[in-house]
Amino acid sequence: MFDISMPTLAHYLIVSGLLFAIGLGGVLLRRNILIIFMGLELMLNAANLSLVAFSRFNLLADGMPNYNGQVLVFFIITVAAAEVAVGLAIIVALFRAKQTTHVEDLNTLKF
Amino acid sequence: MQLALFSIFSLLMLAFALGVILLRNPVSCAMCLVMSFVALAAVFVTLDAYFIAVVQVLVYAGAVMVLFLFIIMLLDLREEKRRRVRLSAWVGGGLVVGGFLSALTQVISALPALDVVKPAVSHPMANDVALVGFALFRNFNLPFQIIGVLLLVSTVGVVLLSKKELK
Repeated sequence: MFDISMPTLAHYLIVSGLLFAIGLGGVLLRRNILIIFMGLELMLNAANLSLVAFSRFNLLADGMPNYNGQVLVFFIITVAAAEVAVGLAIIVALFRAKQTTHVEDLNTLKF
Repeated sequence: MQLALFSIFSLLMLAFALGVILLRNPVSCAMCLVMSFVALAAVFVTLDAYFIAVVQVLVYAGAVMVLFLFIIMLLDLREEKRRRVRLSAWVGGGLVVGGFLSALTQVISALPALDVVKPAVSHPMANDVALVGFALFRNFNLPFQIIGVLLLVSTVGVVLLSKKELK
């Protein structure tokens, strides 16, 4: 039976896809390297949202959610925290060397 | 009721996410990102994932964003100067994002099984943290240990990267 007062899996997936698209737009269109990094975080969170939604909508035989998805989200959050620490350290080192966070000023490797 | 809460918090989340990529001051961007993470935690609560919601607030809205704000203040970033935007870059980026969105709508609309209503959990007040812990320490014990090594390696790497002179 279709209950109109409950969000369906499609709702969650659409929201997750929109969040991913916003993060992708930030990564592609912004020129400040810190904001690009924030866009990456948004994309990671979109993936987390769809994983939790799949975990909740895929019940096991005993009626409990499938917690494998949530464990994967836990790992993603941990790896993202490590990634942010390393990435920000690299940005600080880059800023020390070049005095800028604007990606168009960082063209040493450009062909 | 559930749908109303879900809609409110997901709209908040998307609005603040738009703020992240549209505002010019990096500090406002970081604040918008914090609010977006908190709203996402609320969306996790509508999915009965209480542990993940708490971890989201603690780790993302807490630790990660404090790190971001520290770096923004350390680098003393001002409001971005308006530069001449490259039209080709904007068109390219817009095309990629638009293509991704259209592919996404096609995939989602093509799957009729996605219209399922959230099934009821057999124990609505089940101890969420304990169940996640069981899954984590029984089925995923080795990955958990490896994650610990990864955190150690990244800590050492960050200390090394932030040294004044690399030798």
